[in-house]
Amino acid sequence: MRSSQAVSQVLRPSDVTDRHLKRRRMLDRLAEALILGFASVAIAIILLIFIYVGREALPLLWDNAEGATIASTFAPPVQWQPVSINPRYNVIPLLLGTLKVTLIAMLIATPFALAAALFTSEFAPVRLREIIKPAIELLAGIPSVVMGFFALIVLASWLQSQFGLAFRLNALNAGIALALAIIPIIYTVSEDALTSVPQHYREASLALGASKIQTAVRVVFPAAMPGIGAAMILGFGRAIGETMIVLMASGGAAIVSLSPFVSTRTLSATIAAELGEVVSGGGHYRILFFLDILLFVVTSILNWAGDYYNRRMRVRLFGAE
Amino acid sequence: MTKKFLTLSLLLSTLLLLGCPAPAERQTITIKGSDTLLQVGGRWAELYMNAHPDVTIQVTGGGSGTGIVALIDGTTDICQSSRPIKQEEKDKLKANKNADVSEIPVALDALAVYVHKDNPVAALTLEQVGKIFMGEITDWKDVGGMPGHIVLYGRENSSGTYVYFKEHVLQNKDFPPAYQALPGTGGVVDAVAKDKNGIGYGGIGYAKDIKTVPIKKDAASAPVEPSMANVLNNSYPISRQLFWYTAGAPQGAVKDLVDWVLGPDGQKVVSEKGFYPLKGE
Repeated sequence: MRSSQAVSQVLRPSDVTDRHLKRRRMLDRLAEALILGFASVAIAIILLIFIYVGREALPLLWDNAEGATIASTFAPPVQWQPVSINPRYNVIPLLLGTLKVTLIAMLIATPFALAAALFTSEFAPVRLREIIKPAIELLAGIPSVVMGFFALIVLASWLQSQFGLAFRLNALNAGIALALAIIPIIYTVSEDALTSVPQHYREASLALGASKIQTAVRVVFPAAMPGIGAAMILGFGRAIGETMIVLMASGGAAIVSLSPFVSTRTLSATIAAELGEVVSGGGHYRILFFLDILLFVVTSILNWAGDYYNRRMRVRLFGAE
Repeated sequence: MTKKFLTLSLLLSTLLLLGCPAPAERQTITIKGSDTLLQVGGRWAELYMNAHPDVTIQVTGGGSGTGIVALIDGTTDICQSSRPIKQEEKDKLKANKNADVSEIPVALDALAVYVHKDNPVAALTLEQVGKIFMGEITDWKDVGGMPGHIVLYGRENSSGTYVYFKEHVLQNKDFPPAYQALPGTGGVVDAVAKDKNGIGYGGIGYAKDIKTVPIKKDAASAPVEPSMANVLNNSYPISRQLFWYTAGAPQGAVKDLVDWVLGPDGQKVVSEKGFYPLKGE
């Protein structure tokens, strides 16, 4: 106490800087408080959404809303027929449809995205890479309604004329459009994983006489494997929750079939299409919120898993996070 | 800090309260009934209240039956109904309110059955359309067309059109799983236009690049085109009038509202919401 007083007495001009310092500290604290405030609001909103959705769906557990209970989501017959004299809320046709469309999208998107990532990170000259990477990432910025519209109008007709399909709008059609939407995600994350593999891995491999392709496929690619896994998981998560594309391109019929050529209805599209007009608090309403929770939980787990693999990759390559 | 906030917010709220004009003498009209007409009713109320700030209109749904009961009990001024009132309901109203019901058709509702424009089917009976959409008839050759598996298109189950079609054509039976639900009648028309084995349903106003099938009431009757004229003279089978009912002839503010609804502004709302105006367009 005493010494600081002494100092300020000795250095007269420092009165000014002292005030400056105080104001700067104030500003710092204010900014910190603001950032904290905004962050907690964001987290609170997510929590509130979760609580709200849960509150609307949970009464299914103990209540019998117009014959709808949690059991009726898996009760036979395996049909989704919510608006009926005898409503049937079996979600298996919707789960099957969701998985079918998502798998088709993954099967199409993964090879393209991984090949492109390997090419840009290992083979492409720097200038070409500077063009390709932003171009693919730009795909992610296309609104999904545009992809859906493209699939609905152009792709569906082309597929039907090529393969002579009975259903013009089908799982394959929606899956291809969905693949276009998830290619940028898988590409970006796996490209980042590949480029973060340390240069000395490549140098060591080349020095041992391996060709460029051998190095890329057998050294760099395996080293980046957890990151590539994370990329695929994140792509899967995006595909499973995507709504607009499947709503427009899949045909919306809840058929129980493994064939990719029949019309399909997914969880997300069902929620989007039906929630608008259901009676608030009724059985159908609660079941739709239950579907919401199902989707929420699945995508959360997938995002968490993606994050986990990404971190594991850092540990593997650099020894620490 | 907290004190300042409190003072400020108090000050603001007082200002806001003072800023509100004193409530004038307002008239309240209640409208209750049909969910089919709920949207149209809501829009009517909105526009009418904008033009007449002294009138408040409350619109609620609940179904035609609920509305008629409310009219009998005297808890609503106007009842919206998508079905004609029954004789016993008329009698009850007479006994309860000592008034004759006044029936005011306010809009027309009709659905066309769409097929691809190259589809040779000349006409379908109402029963055949029902069986097709229930999945009992699955091939065009069974109804006089070229052999081919029938592909069903229609609206999502959140749509009033879906419910109407299900009630009146399917007799409340269910659509089969292969029924493709599309968001919007425009989507149905587009899908049928691109699918030579497709069939769909929706408002006649949307029909473009497709064929609307003439409908026979039963096997013996003549096919009827879903034209505005046939809807107006009530010969097209998948059409109905939508009504307003009041206890006794409408009077005062209610009469003004009824006149406005039947006038050009009110009827414009009808076509805006996908129904037909009473006098055609």
